[in-house]
Amino acid sequence: MSCKETQPFLEGYFDGELDLVKSLEVETHVQDCPACAAAYRELRELRTAFTSSSLYFKAPGKLQHRVRSAIRDEAPSSRGAWLSGWWLPLRWAGMAASLALVVLVTWNIAPRISSRSADETLVREIVDSHVRSMMLNHLTDVPSSDHHTVKPWFNGKVDFSPPVVDLTAQGFPLTGGRLDYLEGKSVAALVYQRRQHRINLFIWPSPETANANESKRSEKGYHLVHWAKSGMTYWAVSDLNPQDLGEFTATLRQQLP
Amino acid sequence: MDEASARFEQMFLPHLDAAHNLARWLTRNGHDAEDLVQEAYLRAFRFFGGFKGGDSRSWLLTIVRNTCYTWLQQNRRQELETVFDEEVHTSGSAAFNPEKPLLANADSQMLQQALEELPVTFREILVLRELEGLSYKEIADIADMPIGTVMSSLARARKRLRQSLVRSMKAEA
Repeated sequence: MSCKETQPFLEGYFDGELDLVKSLEVETHVQDCPACAAAYRELRELRTAFTSSSLYFKAPGKLQHRVRSAIRDEAPSSRGAWLSGWWLPLRWAGMAASLALVVLVTWNIAPRISSRSADETLVREIVDSHVRSMMLNHLTDVPSSDHHTVKPWFNGKVDFSPPVVDLTAQGFPLTGGRLDYLEGKSVAALVYQRRQHRINLFIWPSPETANANESKRSEKGYHLVHWAKSGMTYWAVSDLNPQDLGEFTATLRQQLP
Repeated sequence: MDEASARFEQMFLPHLDAAHNLARWLTRNGHDAEDLVQEAYLRAFRFFGGFKGGDSRSWLLTIVRNTCYTWLQQNRRQELETVFDEEVHTSGSAAFNPEKPLLANADSQMLQQALEELPVTFREILVLRELEGLSYKEIADIADMPIGTVMSSLARARKRLRQSLVRSMKAEA
């Protein structure tokens, strides 16, 4: 591993968060490289400073009392005591009204909120995958510009056959394919190139009926285009400018089933 | 006392120090921290029915963090919005900088001040990692970010802290 390859992993190595193979690779490099060894030493020094300082704010004794009694006031048994008394009917009415409100609000708003945030989570996952694929020097598992090589490579690795088209003539050469992991499932990632920019195209199956028109968005300076067609979901992500990315997806879609 | 609150206390009161420490570092104020911890425990108690088992500390700290951020948004909005120039004082690697003081010699007060001056997102990740000793996965769950982001934010946070410590140590020398 070179310094450049090691650096993103140095923190993970220091924190014991890498798998064994990666740890050994980083360790070997750090032993031979004065600059990385120094960076590692700095991490250790910083931790020493932390452990020898008294920076931890333990809860003061009275806080435990406070929290305890707050919980007990809140507990159903003490609320039950409140319920007795002449104003019980009033309280029931109030409860019914607030329940109705909650139902109304949940029914109206909750589905929108949850579907939006699921979408946002996915967008974030996709951008992270893209960034990681560039950072970890793990852009392709099958480096090939030949779609006859890339397509069969996915056989047996994912339970679908992603459409692979070559766009070299259109100025977007295919550079390879990779297995990736999004939303808890294995997906195909195809890598295309324009000038120095890489485009990750993530593909996974979607219900046949769930066609979706192209939608565009940006996240952390990356641009994404999403659509679904003929039983496949597509997400293209790149740091390429939106016009070129749009040209890419338009060209690609003409050739896709 | 009824059974639910007994179970709740048994499960979550042992994490009171962790809850307080996080709230104290996020608010940088003892008084507010205590109020927010109490509020967070009450919220946790109300949501207790939705707790499906698993890591009770992470679950509680997620609520504490959330409560603190809501409070910050209402009371210290500009802290959350502060944009900072990342690479102002990029120092070279230690190997090429012999005058650099030894970070391990930084005293408590200096470190506390440096940590308090960090932007809240950096402060929080360092507190969770260095003071609470949480794993990347646990931090990712609590702070609601992907593990890759935990690793890169931690790297940036440590770098910023080192720079600011070195500055104050040099100033003192």
